[in-house]
Amino acid sequence: MALPKLKAEATEALLGARPLPKGGCLQAARESALARLREMGLPSRRDEYWKFTRPDTLISAEAPRAALFDAGEAPMFSDFDRLKIVFVDGVFDAEASDDLEMDGVRIDRLEDICCQDIHWAKDLYGVLEARGQSPVQRPLATFNTAYATDGVAIHVTGKPSKPISLIYIHANEQSDAVLHHVIRVEEGAEATILENGPAASRFNKCMEIDVADTGRLHLVRAQGRDHERRAATHMFARLGRESVLKSFTLTVNGVLTRNEAYIELTGDDAVCHIAGACAGDGEFHHDDTVFITHDAVNCESRQVFKKVLRNGAVGVFQGKILVKEGAQKTDGYQISQSLLLDGDSQFLAKPELEIYADDVACSHGSTSGAIDETALFYLRSRGVPEGEATDLLTLAFLAEAVDEIEDKALAEDIVSRLQAWLARRRS
Amino acid sequence: MLCGPETNEEKMLEIKGLHVKLEEEDKPILKGVDLTVEAGKVHAIMGPNGSGKSTLSYVLSGREGYEVTQGSAELEGVDLLEMEPEERAAAGLFLAFQYPVEIPGVGNMTFLRTAVNAQRKARGEDEISAADFLKLIRQKAKDLQIDAEMLKRPVNVGFSGGEKKRNEILQMAMLEPKMCILDETDSGLDVDAMKLVSDGVNALRDAGRGFLVITHYQRLLDHIKPDVVHIMADGRIVKSGGPELALEVEHNGYGDILAEAS
Ligand SMILES: Nc1ncnc2c1ncn2[C@@H]1O[C@H](COP(=O)(O)OP(=O)(O)OP(=O)(O)O)[C@@H](O)[C@H]1O
Ligand SMILES: [Mg+2]
Repeated sequence: MALPKLKAEATEALLGARPLPKGGCLQAARESALARLREMGLPSRRDEYWKFTRPDTLISAEAPRAALFDAGEAPMFSDFDRLKIVFVDGVFDAEASDDLEMDGVRIDRLEDICCQDIHWAKDLYGVLEARGQSPVQRPLATFNTAYATDGVAIHVTGKPSKPISLIYIHANEQSDAVLHHVIRVEEGAEATILENGPAASRFNKCMEIDVADTGRLHLVRAQGRDHERRAATHMFARLGRESVLKSFTLTVNGVLTRNEAYIELTGDDAVCHIAGACAGDGEFHHDDTVFITHDAVNCESRQVFKKVLRNGAVGVFQGKILVKEGAQKTDGYQISQSLLLDGDSQFLAKPELEIYADDVACSHGSTSGAIDETALFYLRSRGVPEGEATDLLTLAFLAEAVDEIEDKALAEDIVSRLQAWLARRRS
Repeated sequence: MLCGPETNEEKMLEIKGLHVKLEEEDKPILKGVDLTVEAGKVHAIMGPNGSGKSTLSYVLSGREGYEVTQGSAELEGVDLLEMEPEERAAAGLFLAFQYPVEIPGVGNMTFLRTAVNAQRKARGEDEISAADFLKLIRQKAKDLQIDAEMLKRPVNVGFSGGEKKRNEILQMAMLEPKMCILDETDSGLDVDAMKLVSDGVNALRDAGRGFLVITHYQRLLDHIKPDVVHIMADGRIVKSGGPELALEVEHNGYGDILAEAS
């Protein structure tokens, strides 16, 4: 079916002048992605899946500018021993990065893979992304598969002694980063991947994750604080038997963020937790769009998303649990909540369940509320000043999401950042 | 109006002609309360349901939703009504709630430490060290038979009725206020817990501290011996007297007293 004229035009406007980057063994994946993209077109405001979030600035030919932001404090995860991989405006920075060698894992850069004829990444690159195009299309991810300029292929074969830390630095006011990572965790292997930073004034990131039977992967991410930065990120994951994937995202600031996750539980007894805590003040639009498919027996999935919004900030949640026929004993949990610190902010939520098995326990809930006045008075009556009491209740609200981080030290770091963010808003 | 015998003892809490209505509607609740609690004394308030006892305690601690239309309330000569709730607390006022509030996500210990330090800061004192705080709270919790696990749980979440009340007294013991208001702290307590709580209160009784104990039952007053007993009805103190007044209520109910007052 031909694309509507407007959509076709918008798509060509973005693709028109862009040459496909070098592909090597990924060339076929890039070309097929481009063909798929031309067929589906870029997202438009009229698409149901983009009802709550305007894609315009994510697909404009030129990336909008974003002023650089000096946080005036040490970047996230600075205190942690980790293997650093640094990208500046989407370009790998060898100088700032560590040696990519570490026991239990093999890390290759996408740019290098694209000069090779054979690499394991070929079997993953664009593959899970393509699977994730149904039942809803995610053209920004397809765009990424076609055009990603760099990224890493992480092959976890053992238990690396420290986390792999992807650091995304934004240095140029107008920059357009497109990064694509592929991650394969082998049987019994386990790793933690950290990500932090805005990456560019506009960031398109795609991550494809294949966790083999009994593999475990932890993802902890903090998206950059630059107020005007924009990000569209996708995570596609496939989980084997008894495997575990846990992902947590912290977002404070950023004019536009759309984080999509598409996860398939394909092996029995797999566990997937995906959580996010965000805090926005003013020009802030934050969208979590999650799709979890249960396609095996006795799997557990948890989605926990908490948003603190003030001064007209907007939070969006679109989350779905699909339980396929035969996926018995599914345990699916989904909660999305917003705390509105004033009357101007809004939270738009579309939680969905679609269940084709009969022996399942699925629950979902979505709420939007203000600070609990009774609790606030109780705290104040004990001498805690109003501002501090409000922060305490706000952090309590976010706690269920932050608690999804297994590593307690990382969780504490996240909490202290949130605390500082809240405290700054009072001074 | 009777407020016990005139003495030249130091006044801790002094309420004069206090009129209070709901902010949202023209419903008067307190209709001229006069009450003075001296330092070192325990005053009890009894009175029928809905007579305004909790309202009085809320207004004194600064809860929103009420409007003072007339009268005054002072703590050690300082106007309470102009202060924010946290300022009243730092000035030494404490209310043990009739219905203690559950706060999911905030640990009991964190809550108490934040409160203790906030009050110290407001008074220009140094923060208590984590080690000292821990030592202190462990001791006080032990006295009240509150186990360590309860300290780690979120504030009042999943606590039984009696545990909540004991937790209120633990807070009081940690904060060492000058003026303690206890709103039906005895309701929901079993006999042993009542003894524990009373011991906790009695341990705090000293020359520099005032107590206002709201209760429906004489039994609490067997443990916490009041100096003065007041009867509140329809937003006023209608009668004051010694401990024998509580016994009279216990035996005869409020009928005679109310008839006499009107
Ligand atoms: N926020 C409110 N909204 C409506 N009515 C209120 C409010 N607060 C108090 N009242 C009313 O004021 C009156 C006094 O209530 P209060 O709770 O002070 O009584 P009390 O003496 O503590 O009663 P009890 O012995 O049952 O605890 C009651 O009629 C109550 O319904
Ligand atoms: Mg009451």
